[in-house]
Amino acid sequence: MKTLKIEELSKNFGSTEVLRKINLEIDEGNFLVLLGPSGCGKSTLLNIIAGLETINEGNVHIDDYNVSKVEPKDRNIAMVFQSYALYPSMNVRENMIFGLKQAKVSKEKIEEQLEKVSKFLQVDALLERKPSQLSGGQRQRVAIGRALVREPRIFLFDEPLSNLDAKLRVEMRREIKKLHQQLKTTVVYVTHDQTEAMSLGTNIAIMNHGVIQQNDTPENIYNKPSNTFVADFIGSPSMNLIKGNLKESSNKVSFVTHGSNIEIPINGYDFKEKSNLDNKEVFFGIRPEHIFFKKSNEEDFEINLRADLSEYIGHEQIMTFNFENQEVLAKFPSTVKIDLSKNTKLFFDLTQISLFDAKTEERI
Amino acid sequence: MQDKAHSSYKQLEQKSKYTNMFLRWFLYFVLVIFALYFIFPLYVMVVTSLKTMEEIRQGTLLTWPSGLNFDSWLVAWGGRGYGAGDTFLKPYFWNSIKMVVPAVFFSTFIGAMAGYVLTKWRFKGDKWVFLFLLFGCFIPYQAILLPMARTLGVLGISNSVIGLVLVHTVYGIPFTTLFFRNFYVSIPSELVKAARIDGAGFFKIFFKILLPVSTPIIVVTIIWQFTQIWNDFLFGSTFSFGEAAPIQVALNNMVLSSTSVKEYNVDMASAIIAGIPTLIVYVLAGKYFIRGLTSGAVKG
Repeated sequence: MKTLKIEELSKNFGSTEVLRKINLEIDEGNFLVLLGPSGCGKSTLLNIIAGLETINEGNVHIDDYNVSKVEPKDRNIAMVFQSYALYPSMNVRENMIFGLKQAKVSKEKIEEQLEKVSKFLQVDALLERKPSQLSGGQRQRVAIGRALVREPRIFLFDEPLSNLDAKLRVEMRREIKKLHQQLKTTVVYVTHDQTEAMSLGTNIAIMNHGVIQQNDTPENIYNKPSNTFVADFIGSPSMNLIKGNLKESSNKVSFVTHGSNIEIPINGYDFKEKSNLDNKEVFFGIRPEHIFFKKSNEEDFEINLRADLSEYIGHEQIMTFNFENQEVLAKFPSTVKIDLSKNTKLFFDLTQISLFDAKTEERI
Repeated sequence: MQDKAHSSYKQLEQKSKYTNMFLRWFLYFVLVIFALYFIFPLYVMVVTSLKTMEEIRQGTLLTWPSGLNFDSWLVAWGGRGYGAGDTFLKPYFWNSIKMVVPAVFFSTFIGAMAGYVLTKWRFKGDKWVFLFLLFGCFIPYQAILLPMARTLGVLGISNSVIGLVLVHTVYGIPFTTLFFRNFYVSIPSELVKAARIDGAGFFKIFFKILLPVSTPIIVVTIIWQFTQIWNDFLFGSTFSFGEAAPIQVALNNMVLSSTSVKEYNVDMASAIIAGIPTLIVYVLAGKYFIRGLTSGAVKG
């Protein structure tokens, strides 16, 4: 039984297609992050799961029960919003029990739930305050509390941290992670912040233009991006995509970029399909953190590139190198001294590379 | 060298001080002139209403009354006590109250509802509905007189307070809707979404979530509608006559129908009485009026 199952879901606003044939499944207790640039449809998808938006095609199942036409309140879900959406005229207590009161839960049960949740979230001292008298972090906690008292099957989070300042965001991120570890409730979480997605999710679905690009574990998203969009979207700075061709001769495959005679051997690469590789136009993908300034293992590929630019960011520096007029970024500890405008010896970790078809932009 | 620069700065400082002082006094001067200009008619009205006819004939507009003589106020409010031809404001004052209270209430309430629907329960074509409502704001009073007279006739409520309530409610809806729509646009729709997930319905969300935060705009709307309806003369004089007339119409009749002598003191007292309720509303709710018009939004 899947806690949440979405089948062939499509949604248009007028003539604009917002979601196209979305298929998604979540197992009990998982933490799914919907990640994508703004306007990719992730919030619309969340609103559809909540029942706040109608569906044009397809179905949403919660616990194997088709809820496509069920009212939000009857879907056994709870949602936390970006602006927290605390009712301004009610105090914290009234905010938290509003839903239970609507559901005609008995007074004793309401009090019991309120006490349990407010203690758990450490807002029990704030019960009589109005939302306007709370700090950002406290509002966030009350908003989560309002969701918790309902004991839902699925928690929906709509960019809950983007209104907080950087420091508080990291703190609240950890609290949400802890919360999930303790409660083990299924979560669907929308964000455009890849660090949030990576650190929170057990699964990440990356979306672009209303289509899920890749739905996988954070490790696979990072190490084996399924197309150039995912490769580019995840990582900071993002993956270097070097344009060039494959060369196959006597069972040895190598990568050559235009106008260069450097052949990078990629025999160890795990191709999806090992045919028609010769002369194929590809993107050679390597992350800045997989380029080293000294040899770390035997298979590392040695190459000489000219350093053009250095960006110092405290604990590390980002260097830009020139590889046959294509920019290649690398991330080094800030203690390493590299001269600009000079050729520097670099080492590519070839076990960490990705290759993409230049035409379809899919992983090969 | 440095000393020289220093002393010239000193001079500049002095100069700017004098300029600022002059500008400040000039500003006060202009403000006082304007204040006098605006207070002058009120002064004349109050002073004249407290004079006897004898004093009015002998003195000028500005002369101070000999004493606090409220006779003309009593005449304006309650009449002289003889039968025919004696018009006084009391019954018409209550007519106006009976007209203005329900008309303000209904137009405000309907406007709030409409603003709520137009912002939080968007539907296909809602933009057109709002556009047509906006047109309503620009339709002049005179343009709706004939169709409205016909409507009242068909409904059988012409020449009645109820008829006037209907006219003012309908004519006020475009304005009240505009006020509330612009206010509710600034309130995050996520509030409505959260309430829907919590299981609140259309009316519950309106009464429990939105209305409690609407105080500033409610006050603005009430002041606006109250002033418009209380001060209206055209609708009142067109759709009512005789005993059903509101106070502004009665005031007009009173001033124009004086037979022999023009009793300026009674006329002035009547005019002040007719204007007092709006004054009270402004004094009580004035600060909300400015606040509501400028801020418009409630945060957090």
